[in-house]
Amino acid sequence: MLILFHILLFFMIIGSIVAIETKNMLSAVIAVGAVGFGVSLMFLFLGAPDIAITQVIVEVLSLVILIRATVYIDNRAIERKFDSFAIITGLLFLGFFIMAAVWAFGDMTPFGEPLMRVSRRYLSGTAAETGAVNAVAGVILDYRAYDTLGEAMVLFASILGALVILRNRGKKPVVK
Amino acid sequence: MDIKEITRDKSLGMTIIVKTISRLIVSFILVFGLYIVLYGHITPGGGFAGGVILAISYVLLILAFGGKVAVAKMSGFWASMWDNLGALAFVVIGFLGLIGGYFFLNFINHGTPGKLISAGIIPLCNIAIAVKVGAALYAVFLALSIYGRISTEEDE
Repeated sequence: MLILFHILLFFMIIGSIVAIETKNMLSAVIAVGAVGFGVSLMFLFLGAPDIAITQVIVEVLSLVILIRATVYIDNRAIERKFDSFAIITGLLFLGFFIMAAVWAFGDMTPFGEPLMRVSRRYLSGTAAETGAVNAVAGVILDYRAYDTLGEAMVLFASILGALVILRNRGKKPVVK
Repeated sequence: MDIKEITRDKSLGMTIIVKTISRLIVSFILVFGLYIVLYGHITPGGGFAGGVILAISYVLLILAFGGKVAVAKMSGFWASMWDNLGALAFVVIGFLGLIGGYFFLNFINHGTPGKLISAGIIPLCNIAIAVKVGAALYAVFLALSIYGRISTEEDE
């Protein structure tokens, strides 16, 4: 199982690098989509089908939106010069991060162990206390409904902003 | 223009192969989205995923038949209206819990776990979130891909 995760992680890292470095916009969008499908497979193998379903569907829709929005625009990547300072600082901070990560993750317990008191309560009491068989639905819409409200409002505000920026009505016509 | 004329117009949208296949498939996608929403408290899924599937069924129609179908089926005004109504319904369900004691109290009878009508407010919240998310993503797709290319009657 662990080797599968390593293959997926490697695939996702390669996809991210392709998405950053490629010159063509469409290839970058498709590489981002590949990384998203890797994430959803990861969630599926970790035993979280709810998140995997959401991830794969949002990935499909965002891929369609991005392709539809970018395919008409012929924006090539900006050619940049070789910047030795940026590369040296980047490598330096990468080294710092890896050192800190090795130091911090060495003390961590294995994944999912020990089960915390709150999650033990959720797992044992969801069906009796909320009536929902799907424990995830019981947690996000009963125990933690306030968090879901915040998430919904974040989405609401971002959509509102996008619609205000992209609206037709009240804009001055473009002079050609 | 009438929606039947738009769907039969050969100059709009993709080829007849794509149109036929998507005409067959789109209802199944819609039903699957409804299933994911309504059974969110029993099987994996829920309001967010189901809402996105509902939005995808409309997006498929737009991609196959062109942007005018979108404006005829559900315009940008109604998309934002459903978005607002879904968000409002979710908040109202939360405030109704104040009758029994606190915000987001599960005030409806829980019923038998595993039945379709059970779990109190959870299915209602799922439906509200699905309407909100689906309409919001559909509106964003309209804004990013249709606005500025096709002039709609209501915007002029």
